[in-house]
Amino acid sequence: MSKNVKHDFVEKRVGWLAVLMTIAISIGGLVEITPLLFQKQTNEPVVGLKPYTALEMEGRDIYIREGCSNCHSQMIRPFRAETERYGHYSLAGEHVWERPFLWGSKRTGPDLARVGGRYSDEWHYVHLMNPRDVVEDSNMPAFPWLAENKLDGELTAKKLEVFRSFGVPYTDEDIAGAQAAVKGKTEMEALIAYLQVLGTGLTQAE
Amino acid sequence: MSSFWSAWIIVLTLAFLVGIIWLLRWNMSNYTGIKEGELMDHEFDGIVEINNPLPRWWMILFWITIVWGFVYLALYPGLGNFAGLLGWSSSNQDVRSLEESQQATAAAREAGLIVEYDRQVDQAEEKFGPVFAALSERPIEELAQDEEAVKIGQRLFLQNCAQCHGSNAMGGKGFPNLTDNDWLYGGSPAAIKHSLMEGRNGVMPAQSQFNDQQITELATYVMSLSGRKVDPELAKAGKANFMVCTACHGQDAKGNQALGAPNLTDNIWLYGSSQEAIEETLRNGRNGVMPAWKDILGEDKIHVISSYVYGLSQE
Repeated sequence: MSKNVKHDFVEKRVGWLAVLMTIAISIGGLVEITPLLFQKQTNEPVVGLKPYTALEMEGRDIYIREGCSNCHSQMIRPFRAETERYGHYSLAGEHVWERPFLWGSKRTGPDLARVGGRYSDEWHYVHLMNPRDVVEDSNMPAFPWLAENKLDGELTAKKLEVFRSFGVPYTDEDIAGAQAAVKGKTEMEALIAYLQVLGTGLTQAE
Repeated sequence: MSSFWSAWIIVLTLAFLVGIIWLLRWNMSNYTGIKEGELMDHEFDGIVEINNPLPRWWMILFWITIVWGFVYLALYPGLGNFAGLLGWSSSNQDVRSLEESQQATAAAREAGLIVEYDRQVDQAEEKFGPVFAALSERPIEELAQDEEAVKIGQRLFLQNCAQCHGSNAMGGKGFPNLTDNDWLYGGSPAAIKHSLMEGRNGVMPAQSQFNDQQITELATYVMSLSGRKVDPELAKAGKANFMVCTACHGQDAKGNQALGAPNLTDNIWLYGSSQEAIEETLRNGRNGVMPAWKDILGEDKIHVISSYVYGLSQE
Protein backbone atom coordinates (compact mmCIF):
# COMPACT_ATOMS: atom_id res chain seq x y z
CA MET A 1 0.00 0.00 0.00
CA SER A 2 1.39 3.29 -1.08
CA LYS A 3 1.74 6.01 1.49
CA ASN A 4 0.34 8.49 -0.97
CA VAL A 5 -3.18 7.14 -0.75
CA LYS A 6 -4.44 9.78 1.65
CA HIS A 7 -8.14 8.93 1.46
CA ASP A 8 -7.22 5.82 3.38
CA PHE A 9 -7.30 8.09 6.38
CA VAL A 10 -11.01 8.90 6.25
CA GLU A 11 -12.01 5.53 4.89
CA LYS A 12 -10.71 3.82 8.00
CA ARG A 13 -11.84 6.41 10.60
CA VAL A 14 -15.63 6.69 10.56
CA GLY A 15 -15.66 9.57 13.06
CA TRP A 16 -13.53 11.71 10.79
CA LEU A 17 -15.58 10.65 7.80
CA ALA A 18 -18.74 11.87 9.53
CA VAL A 19 -17.17 15.20 10.53
CA LEU A 20 -15.83 15.94 7.05
CA MET A 21 -19.07 14.90 5.38
CA THR A 22 -21.04 17.17 7.69
CA ILE A 23 -18.82 20.10 6.77
CA ALA A 24 -19.14 19.37 3.07
CA ILE A 25 -22.92 19.15 3.03
CA SER A 26 -23.37 22.11 5.41
CA ILE A 27 -21.99 24.60 2.91
CA GLY A 28 -25.24 24.69 0.95
CA GLY A 29 -27.29 25.40 4.07
CA LEU A 30 -24.82 27.98 5.35
CA VAL A 31 -25.03 29.85 2.06
CA GLU A 32 -28.71 29.39 1.23
CA ILE A 33 -30.47 29.27 4.60
CA THR A 34 -28.45 30.95 7.35
CA PRO A 35 -28.35 34.46 5.82
CA LEU A 36 -32.17 34.38 5.36
CA LEU A 37 -32.59 34.12 9.12
CA PHE A 38 -31.16 37.61 9.41
CA GLN A 39 -32.73 39.37 6.41
CA LYS A 40 -35.26 42.20 6.59
CA GLN A 41 -37.00 40.69 3.58
CA THR A 42 -37.81 37.45 5.37
CA ASN A 43 -38.36 38.82 8.87
CA GLU A 44 -40.32 42.04 8.49
CA PRO A 45 -44.07 41.74 7.92
CA VAL A 46 -45.79 43.53 5.03
CA VAL A 47 -47.38 46.84 6.05
CA GLY A 48 -50.96 45.60 6.41
CA LEU A 49 -50.30 42.24 8.05
CA LYS A 50 -52.40 41.61 11.15
CA PRO A 51 -52.01 38.69 13.53
CA TYR A 52 -54.74 36.05 13.16
CA THR A 53 -57.65 36.69 15.52
CA ALA A 54 -58.50 33.90 17.96
CA LEU A 55 -61.22 32.60 15.59
CA GLU A 56 -58.95 32.75 12.55
CA MET A 57 -56.24 30.92 14.48
CA GLU A 58 -58.70 28.10 15.27
CA GLY A 59 -59.72 28.10 11.62
CA ARG A 60 -56.11 27.73 10.62
CA ASP A 61 -55.79 24.65 12.83
CA ILE A 62 -58.88 23.15 11.20
CA TYR A 63 -57.33 23.90 7.80
CA ILE A 64 -54.30 21.91 8.93
CA ARG A 65 -56.36 19.13 10.52
CA GLU A 66 -58.53 18.57 7.45
CA GLY A 67 -55.44 18.46 5.26
CA CYS A 68 -56.49 21.35 3.04
CA SER A 69 -52.86 21.95 2.10
CA ASN A 70 -52.70 18.49 0.54
CA CYS A 71 -54.66 19.90 -2.39
CA HIS A 72 -54.41 23.68 -2.02
CA SER A 73 -51.21 25.70 -2.13
CA GLN A 74 -50.84 29.13 -0.57
CA MET A 75 -48.06 30.42 -2.73
CA ILE A 76 -48.61 32.54 -5.81
CA ARG A 77 -45.48 32.36 -7.93
CA PRO A 78 -44.26 35.43 -9.80
CA PHE A 79 -45.63 34.38 -13.19
CA ARG A 80 -48.24 36.42 -14.99
CA ALA A 81 -50.27 33.26 -15.62
CA GLU A 82 -50.66 32.93 -11.85
CA THR A 83 -51.11 36.56 -10.90
CA GLU A 84 -53.87 36.96 -13.52
CA ARG A 85 -55.84 34.34 -11.70
CA TYR A 86 -54.85 34.80 -8.07
CA GLY A 87 -53.55 38.35 -7.60
CA HIS A 88 -50.15 39.77 -6.65
CA TYR A 89 -47.48 37.13 -6.19
CA SER A 90 -46.76 36.04 -2.62
CA LEU A 91 -44.16 37.93 -0.61
CA ALA A 92 -41.96 36.63 2.18
CA GLY A 93 -43.25 39.45 4.40
CA GLU A 94 -46.75 37.96 4.30
CA HIS A 95 -45.60 34.75 5.95
CA VAL A 96 -43.28 35.92 8.72
CA TRP A 97 -45.76 34.92 11.43
CA GLU A 98 -46.65 31.54 9.93
CA ARG A 99 -45.42 28.61 11.95
CA PRO A 100 -45.45 26.34 10.15
CA PHE A 101 -46.16 28.00 6.81
CA LEU A 102 -48.86 26.33 4.71
CA TRP A 103 -47.45 27.00 1.26
CA GLY A 104 -48.13 23.43 0.17
CA SER A 105 -46.87 22.03 -3.10
CA LYS A 106 -49.92 20.38 -4.61
CA ARG A 107 -52.62 22.11 -6.59
CA THR A 108 -55.47 19.71 -7.08
CA GLY A 109 -57.61 22.70 -6.18
CA PRO A 110 -56.79 26.36 -6.76
CA ASP A 111 -54.22 28.34 -4.82
CA LEU A 112 -55.73 29.97 -1.72
CA ALA A 113 -53.05 32.52 -0.87
CA ARG A 114 -55.43 35.38 -1.74
CA VAL A 115 -58.83 33.75 -1.44
CA GLY A 116 -59.80 36.24 1.30
CA GLY A 117 -62.70 38.46 0.20
CA ARG A 118 -63.01 36.72 -3.15
CA TYR A 119 -66.21 34.87 -2.25
CA SER A 120 -68.92 35.61 0.29
CA ASP A 121 -69.13 33.81 3.64
CA GLU A 122 -72.35 32.24 2.38
CA TRP A 123 -70.55 30.86 -0.66
CA HIS A 124 -67.87 29.28 1.50
CA TYR A 125 -70.55 27.73 3.70
CA VAL A 126 -72.42 26.19 0.78
CA HIS A 127 -69.16 25.14 -0.86
CA LEU A 128 -67.75 23.43 2.23
CA MET A 129 -71.05 21.68 2.92
CA ASN A 130 -71.07 20.29 -0.61
CA PRO A 131 -68.75 21.75 -3.25
CA ARG A 132 -70.92 20.35 -6.09
CA ASP A 133 -73.74 22.70 -5.08
CA VAL A 134 -71.83 25.66 -6.47
CA VAL A 135 -69.08 24.17 -8.65
CA GLU A 136 -70.66 21.36 -10.62
CA ASP A 137 -67.53 19.45 -11.62
CA SER A 138 -65.57 19.97 -8.41
CA ASN A 139 -63.81 16.91 -6.99
CA MET A 140 -63.29 18.45 -3.56
CA PRO A 141 -64.67 16.42 -0.67
CA ALA A 142 -67.53 17.83 1.40
CA PHE A 143 -66.88 18.84 5.02
CA PRO A 144 -70.38 18.90 6.56
CA TRP A 145 -69.21 18.03 10.06
CA LEU A 146 -67.55 21.43 10.36
CA ALA A 147 -71.01 22.99 10.73
CA GLU A 148 -71.85 20.66 13.62
CA ASN A 149 -68.62 20.66 15.61
CA LYS A 150 -68.48 23.47 18.13
CA LEU A 151 -65.28 24.97 19.50
CA ASP A 152 -64.73 25.02 23.23
CA GLY A 153 -61.75 27.35 22.99
CA GLU A 154 -59.89 25.69 25.83
CA LEU A 155 -56.54 25.81 24.06
CA THR A 156 -57.05 28.99 22.06
CA ALA A 157 -55.34 31.30 24.55
CA LYS A 158 -52.45 28.85 24.81
CA LYS A 159 -52.07 28.85 21.03
CA LEU A 160 -51.91 32.64 20.88
CA GLU A 161 -49.35 32.61 23.70
CA VAL A 162 -47.16 30.18 21.80
CA PHE A 163 -47.35 32.36 18.72
CA ARG A 164 -46.54 35.41 20.82
CA SER A 165 -43.38 33.64 21.95
CA PHE A 166 -42.51 33.36 18.23
CA GLY A 167 -42.75 37.14 17.94
CA VAL A 168 -46.37 37.62 16.78
CA PRO A 169 -47.56 40.87 18.42
CA TYR A 170 -50.54 39.59 20.43
CA THR A 171 -51.62 41.82 23.29
CA ASP A 172 -52.56 40.57 26.77
CA GLU A 173 -56.18 41.43 25.92
CA ASP A 174 -56.05 39.27 22.79
CA ILE A 175 -54.95 36.33 24.88
CA ALA A 176 -57.31 36.98 27.78
CA GLY A 177 -60.29 37.23 25.41
CA ALA A 178 -59.28 34.33 23.17
CA GLN A 179 -61.52 31.66 24.64
CA ALA A 180 -64.56 33.91 24.82
CA ALA A 181 -64.01 34.90 21.20
CA VAL A 182 -64.31 31.35 19.88
CA LYS A 183 -66.39 29.44 22.42
CA GLY A 184 -69.62 28.14 20.94
CA LYS A 185 -68.65 29.08 17.40
CA THR A 186 -68.69 26.24 14.87
CA GLU A 187 -65.59 24.96 13.17
CA MET A 188 -67.21 26.11 9.93
CA GLU A 189 -67.28 29.72 11.14
CA ALA A 190 -63.66 29.48 12.24
CA LEU A 191 -62.48 28.04 8.92
CA ILE A 192 -64.41 30.63 6.91
CA ALA A 193 -62.98 33.43 9.07
CA TYR A 194 -59.50 32.08 8.34
CA LEU A 195 -60.12 31.75 4.59
CA GLN A 196 -61.52 35.27 4.40
CA VAL A 197 -58.35 36.81 5.83
CA LEU A 198 -55.87 34.96 3.60
CA GLY A 199 -53.76 37.32 1.54
CA THR A 200 -55.55 40.46 2.67
CA GLY A 201 -52.50 41.75 4.55
CA LEU A 202 -51.06 42.89 1.25
CA THR A 203 -54.12 43.64 -0.85
CA GLN A 204 -56.33 45.35 1.70
CA ALA A 205 -53.76 47.32 3.68
CA GLU A 206 -55.15 50.64 4.87
CA MET B 1 -28.56 42.43 2.64
CA SER B 2 -25.88 43.60 5.06
CA SER B 3 -22.33 43.54 3.75
CA PHE B 4 -21.45 40.90 6.32
CA TRP B 5 -23.96 38.38 4.99
CA SER B 6 -23.13 39.34 1.45
CA ALA B 7 -19.44 38.64 2.12
CA TRP B 8 -20.38 35.43 3.95
CA ILE B 9 -22.19 34.10 0.89
CA ILE B 10 -19.51 35.20 -1.56
CA VAL B 11 -16.60 33.79 0.45
CA LEU B 12 -18.27 30.45 1.19
CA THR B 13 -19.49 29.98 -2.38
CA LEU B 14 -16.19 30.85 -4.04
CA ALA B 15 -14.16 28.91 -1.48
CA PHE B 16 -16.31 25.88 -2.14
CA LEU B 17 -15.87 26.17 -5.90
CA VAL B 18 -12.12 26.56 -5.51
CA GLY B 19 -12.10 23.56 -3.16
CA ILE B 20 -13.84 21.44 -5.76
CA ILE B 21 -11.34 22.51 -8.42
CA TRP B 22 -8.49 21.54 -6.12
CA LEU B 23 -10.10 18.16 -5.35
CA LEU B 24 -10.65 17.47 -9.01
CA ARG B 25 -7.11 18.37 -10.04
CA TRP B 26 -5.69 16.31 -7.21
CA ASN B 27 -7.68 13.29 -8.33
CA MET B 28 -6.64 13.70 -11.94
CA SER B 29 -2.98 13.07 -11.23
CA ASN B 30 -1.67 9.62 -10.50
CA TYR B 31 -0.11 10.21 -7.11
CA THR B 32 0.03 6.56 -6.04
CA GLY B 33 3.20 5.60 -7.86
CA ILE B 34 1.38 2.61 -9.34
CA LYS B 35 0.82 2.34 -13.06
CA GLU B 36 -2.70 2.45 -14.44
CA GLY B 37 -4.30 -0.96 -14.59
CA GLU B 38 -2.02 -2.49 -11.97
CA LEU B 39 -3.01 -3.81 -8.56
CA MET B 40 -3.15 -1.36 -5.66
CA ASP B 41 -2.07 -3.87 -2.96
CA HIS B 42 -5.50 -3.38 -1.50
CA GLU B 43 -7.37 -6.59 -0.88
CA PHE B 44 -10.35 -7.57 1.19
CA ASP B 45 -11.99 -11.01 1.17
CA GLY B 46 -10.29 -11.77 -2.10
CA ILE B 47 -11.54 -8.59 -3.74
CA VAL B 48 -8.69 -6.49 -5.14
CA GLU B 49 -8.50 -2.86 -6.24
CA ILE B 50 -6.95 -1.88 -9.54
CA ASN B 51 -5.59 1.63 -10.12
CA ASN B 52 -8.16 2.99 -12.54
CA PRO B 53 -8.36 6.67 -13.46
CA LEU B 54 -11.67 8.51 -13.20
CA PRO B 55 -13.52 8.20 -16.54
CA ARG B 56 -12.51 10.96 -18.90
CA TRP B 57 -16.05 11.89 -20.03
CA TRP B 58 -17.07 12.22 -16.41
CA MET B 59 -14.14 14.52 -15.64
CA ILE B 60 -15.01 16.70 -18.62
CA LEU B 61 -18.62 16.99 -17.48
CA PHE B 62 -17.37 17.96 -14.03
CA TRP B 63 -15.20 20.71 -15.48
CA ILE B 64 -18.08 21.98 -17.60
CA THR B 65 -20.36 22.25 -14.57
CA ILE B 66 -17.69 24.20 -12.70
CA VAL B 67 -17.21 26.62 -15.57
CA TRP B 68 -20.99 26.95 -15.87
CA GLY B 69 -21.11 27.72 -12.13
CA PHE B 70 -18.77 30.67 -12.59
CA VAL B 71 -20.58 31.92 -15.69
CA TYR B 72 -23.95 31.69 -13.93
CA LEU B 73 -22.71 33.52 -10.84
CA ALA B 74 -21.30 36.26 -13.05
CA LEU B 75 -24.50 36.75 -15.06
CA TYR B 76 -27.26 36.16 -12.51
CA PRO B 77 -27.79 37.27 -8.90
CA GLY B 78 -26.21 34.60 -6.71
CA LEU B 79 -23.22 36.08 -4.98
CA GLY B 80 -24.66 38.07 -2.08
CA ASN B 81 -25.43 41.63 -3.08
CA PHE B 82 -23.82 41.30 -6.51
CA ALA B 83 -26.76 41.68 -8.89
CA GLY B 84 -25.15 39.91 -11.82
CA LEU B 85 -23.96 41.36 -15.12
CA LEU B 86 -27.34 40.89 -16.83
CA GLY B 87 -29.21 42.90 -14.20
CA TRP B 88 -31.81 40.12 -14.18
CA SER B 89 -34.14 39.14 -11.34
CA SER B 90 -37.28 37.01 -11.22
CA SER B 91 -39.50 39.46 -9.33
CA ASN B 92 -39.46 42.32 -6.84
CA GLN B 93 -39.40 40.42 -3.58
CA ASP B 94 -38.12 42.97 -1.08
CA VAL B 95 -41.34 45.00 -0.90
CA ARG B 96 -43.80 45.65 1.92
CA SER B 97 -46.96 46.80 0.14
CA LEU B 98 -48.62 47.00 -3.27
CA GLU B 99 -47.41 50.58 -3.49
CA GLU B 100 -43.80 49.54 -2.88
CA SER B 101 -44.23 46.78 -5.41
CA GLN B 102 -45.25 49.31 -8.06
CA GLN B 103 -42.40 51.61 -7.07
CA ALA B 104 -39.92 48.74 -7.36
CA THR B 105 -41.25 47.96 -10.84
CA ALA B 106 -40.87 51.60 -11.88
CA ALA B 107 -37.40 51.88 -10.33
CA ALA B 108 -36.20 48.73 -12.10
CA ARG B 109 -37.54 50.03 -15.42
CA GLU B 110 -35.77 53.35 -14.86
CA ALA B 111 -32.49 51.61 -14.10
CA GLY B 112 -32.84 49.36 -17.14
CA LEU B 113 -32.91 46.18 -15.04
CA ILE B 114 -34.73 43.10 -16.21
CA VAL B 115 -37.41 41.91 -13.82
CA GLU B 116 -38.69 38.76 -15.45
CA TYR B 117 -42.20 39.00 -13.98
CA ASP B 118 -42.61 42.65 -14.99
CA ARG B 119 -41.40 41.77 -18.45
CA GLN B 120 -44.08 39.11 -18.78
CA VAL B 121 -46.71 41.59 -17.64
CA ASP B 122 -45.47 44.25 -20.06
CA GLN B 123 -45.54 41.81 -22.96
CA ALA B 124 -49.10 40.82 -22.11
CA GLU B 125 -50.11 44.45 -21.68
CA GLU B 126 -48.72 45.24 -25.12
CA LYS B 127 -50.78 42.47 -26.61
CA PHE B 128 -54.03 42.64 -24.66
CA GLY B 129 -53.97 46.22 -23.33
CA PRO B 130 -55.14 47.86 -26.57
CA VAL B 131 -57.88 45.24 -26.97
CA PHE B 132 -59.37 45.97 -23.55
CA ALA B 133 -58.77 49.71 -23.85
CA ALA B 134 -60.70 49.76 -27.13
CA LEU B 135 -63.52 47.71 -25.62
CA SER B 136 -63.70 49.87 -22.51
CA GLU B 137 -64.43 52.95 -24.62
CA ARG B 138 -67.51 51.48 -26.22
CA PRO B 139 -70.85 51.52 -24.37
CA ILE B 140 -71.93 48.33 -22.62
CA GLU B 141 -75.16 48.08 -24.67
CA GLU B 142 -73.09 48.02 -27.85
CA LEU B 143 -70.59 45.47 -26.57
CA ALA B 144 -73.43 43.14 -25.65
CA GLN B 145 -74.16 42.86 -29.39
CA ASP B 146 -70.52 42.38 -30.40
CA GLU B 147 -69.68 38.75 -30.93
CA GLU B 148 -66.00 39.16 -30.10
CA ALA B 149 -66.71 41.10 -26.90
CA VAL B 150 -69.27 38.53 -25.80
CA LYS B 151 -66.71 35.78 -26.28
CA ILE B 152 -64.15 37.61 -24.13
CA GLY B 153 -66.81 38.46 -21.57
CA GLN B 154 -67.96 34.86 -21.35
CA ARG B 155 -64.39 33.66 -20.84
CA LEU B 156 -63.88 36.09 -17.99
CA PHE B 157 -67.28 35.23 -16.56
CA LEU B 158 -66.53 31.51 -16.53
CA GLN B 159 -63.21 32.08 -14.82
CA ASN B 160 -64.35 34.52 -12.17
CA CYS B 161 -68.12 34.57 -11.78
CA ALA B 162 -69.30 31.03 -12.49
CA GLN B 163 -68.21 29.79 -9.06
CA CYS B 164 -71.29 31.50 -7.58
CA HIS B 165 -73.60 32.32 -10.48
CA GLY B 166 -73.01 29.04 -12.31
CA SER B 167 -71.53 28.43 -15.73
CA ASN B 168 -74.97 29.09 -17.29
CA ALA B 169 -75.30 32.26 -15.14
CA MET B 170 -78.55 30.93 -13.71
CA GLY B 171 -77.32 31.12 -10.13
CA GLY B 172 -78.56 28.92 -7.34
CA LYS B 173 -79.91 29.23 -3.85
CA GLY B 174 -78.47 32.46 -2.46
CA PHE B 175 -76.77 33.38 -5.73
CA PRO B 176 -78.86 35.41 -8.15
CA ASN B 177 -79.89 34.20 -11.58
CA LEU B 178 -78.45 36.72 -14.05
CA THR B 179 -80.51 35.64 -17.06
CA ASP B 180 -84.05 36.40 -15.86
CA ASN B 181 -84.11 40.20 -16.05
CA ASP B 182 -85.07 40.43 -12.40
CA TRP B 183 -82.50 42.60 -10.67
CA LEU B 184 -81.85 43.18 -6.99
CA TYR B 185 -79.70 46.24 -7.63
CA GLY B 186 -80.87 47.26 -11.07
CA GLY B 187 -80.20 45.85 -14.51
CA SER B 188 -78.99 48.96 -16.27
CA PRO B 189 -75.44 48.72 -17.66
CA ALA B 190 -74.27 51.26 -15.08
CA ALA B 191 -75.88 49.38 -12.18
CA ILE B 192 -74.40 46.05 -13.28
CA LYS B 193 -70.96 47.56 -13.63
CA HIS B 194 -71.29 49.17 -10.21
CA SER B 195 -72.21 45.80 -8.66
CA LEU B 196 -69.10 44.27 -10.17
CA MET B 197 -66.73 47.10 -9.30
CA GLU B 198 -67.77 47.84 -5.74
CA GLY B 199 -69.59 44.68 -4.72
CA ARG B 200 -72.96 44.58 -2.95
CA ASN B 201 -74.15 43.65 0.48
CA GLY B 202 -77.83 42.92 0.92
CA VAL B 203 -78.95 42.49 4.51
CA MET B 204 -82.29 41.01 5.44
CA PRO B 205 -82.47 41.33 9.23
CA ALA B 206 -83.77 38.44 11.34
CA GLN B 207 -87.31 39.19 12.52
CA SER B 208 -86.80 37.95 16.04
CA GLN B 209 -89.56 40.18 17.42
CA PHE B 210 -92.19 37.81 16.00
CA ASN B 211 -93.25 34.51 17.53
CA ASP B 212 -93.64 31.30 15.52
CA GLN B 213 -97.33 31.90 14.77
CA GLN B 214 -96.65 35.42 13.56
CA ILE B 215 -93.78 34.22 11.36
CA THR B 216 -96.05 31.63 9.76
CA GLU B 217 -98.73 34.27 9.16
CA LEU B 218 -96.24 36.70 7.70
CA ALA B 219 -94.73 34.06 5.42
CA THR B 220 -98.21 33.14 4.23
CA TYR B 221 -98.96 36.76 3.42
CA VAL B 222 -95.65 37.11 1.54
CA MET B 223 -96.54 34.04 -0.51
CA SER B 224 -99.91 35.55 -1.34
CA LEU B 225 -98.18 38.61 -2.82
CA SER B 226 -97.06 36.70 -5.88
CA GLY B 227 -100.53 35.36 -6.45
CA ARG B 228 -100.15 31.96 -4.87
CA LYS B 229 -103.07 30.19 -3.25
CA VAL B 230 -102.81 30.44 0.53
CA ASP B 231 -105.01 30.26 3.60
CA PRO B 232 -106.74 33.67 3.47
CA GLU B 233 -107.16 33.83 7.25
CA LEU B 234 -103.44 33.38 7.88
CA ALA B 235 -102.53 35.84 5.12
CA LYS B 236 -104.85 38.44 6.53
CA ALA B 237 -103.28 38.07 9.96
CA GLY B 238 -99.83 38.33 8.40
CA LYS B 239 -100.67 41.50 6.52
CA ALA B 240 -100.95 43.38 9.80
CA ASN B 241 -97.29 42.76 10.54
CA PHE B 242 -96.09 43.40 6.98
CA MET B 243 -95.75 47.09 7.90
CA VAL B 244 -92.28 46.28 9.24
CA CYS B 245 -91.24 44.87 5.86
CA THR B 246 -92.40 47.86 3.82
CA ALA B 247 -89.43 49.89 5.03
CA CYS B 248 -87.24 48.00 2.59
CA HIS B 249 -89.59 46.08 0.32
CA GLY B 250 -91.93 49.04 -0.17
CA GLN B 251 -95.67 49.59 0.36
CA ASP B 252 -96.39 47.67 -2.81
CA ALA B 253 -93.86 44.94 -1.88
CA LYS B 254 -92.09 45.53 -5.19
CA GLY B 255 -88.72 45.91 -3.52
CA ASN B 256 -86.13 48.66 -3.59
CA GLN B 257 -83.10 48.44 -5.83
CA ALA B 258 -81.22 51.06 -3.82
CA LEU B 259 -81.13 48.59 -0.93
CA GLY B 260 -81.12 45.38 -2.89
CA ALA B 261 -84.49 44.51 -1.35
CA PRO B 262 -86.14 41.97 -3.66
CA ASN B 263 -89.49 42.33 -5.31
CA LEU B 264 -91.83 39.99 -3.39
CA THR B 265 -94.58 39.97 -5.99
CA ASP B 266 -92.83 38.36 -8.95
CA ASN B 267 -92.50 34.78 -7.75
CA ILE B 268 -88.70 34.79 -8.15
CA TRP B 269 -87.05 33.56 -4.99
CA LEU B 270 -83.37 33.85 -4.19
CA TYR B 271 -83.53 31.65 -1.11
CA GLY B 272 -86.34 29.30 -2.06
CA SER B 273 -90.08 29.67 -2.51
CA SER B 274 -91.39 27.11 -0.02
CA GLN B 275 -93.18 28.23 3.12
CA GLU B 276 -90.33 26.68 5.05
CA ALA B 277 -87.66 28.66 3.17
CA ILE B 278 -89.53 31.94 3.56
CA GLU B 279 -90.01 31.33 7.26
CA GLU B 280 -86.29 30.57 7.56
CA THR B 281 -85.51 33.87 5.87
CA LEU B 282 -87.78 35.71 8.27
CA ARG B 283 -86.49 33.92 11.34
CA ASN B 284 -82.72 34.04 10.69
CA GLY B 285 -82.37 36.84 8.19
CA ARG B 286 -80.14 36.69 5.11
CA ASN B 287 -76.87 38.29 4.19
CA GLY B 288 -76.16 38.40 0.48
CA VAL B 289 -72.64 39.42 -0.43
CA MET B 290 -71.30 40.18 -3.88
CA PRO B 291 -67.55 40.75 -3.52
CA ALA B 292 -65.93 43.83 -5.07
CA TRP B 293 -63.86 42.99 -8.15
CA LYS B 294 -62.20 46.23 -9.14
CA ASP B 295 -58.94 45.45 -7.35
CA ILE B 296 -58.82 41.92 -8.70
CA LEU B 297 -59.85 42.40 -12.34
CA GLY B 298 -59.55 46.13 -13.01
CA GLU B 299 -62.12 48.35 -14.68
CA ASP B 300 -61.49 47.42 -18.32
CA LYS B 301 -62.17 43.73 -17.81
CA ILE B 302 -65.17 44.49 -15.59
CA HIS B 303 -66.57 46.64 -18.38
CA VAL B 304 -66.46 43.65 -20.72
CA ILE B 305 -67.94 41.26 -18.14
CA SER B 306 -70.70 43.80 -17.44
CA SER B 307 -71.61 43.78 -21.12
CA TYR B 308 -71.73 39.98 -21.11
CA VAL B 309 -73.99 39.93 -18.04
CA TYR B 310 -76.14 42.70 -19.48
CA GLY B 311 -76.52 40.75 -22.70
CA LEU B 312 -77.68 37.59 -20.90
CA SER B 313 -81.12 38.99 -20.20
CA GLN B 314 -81.53 41.03 -23.38
CA GLU B 315 -82.55 38.25 -25.73
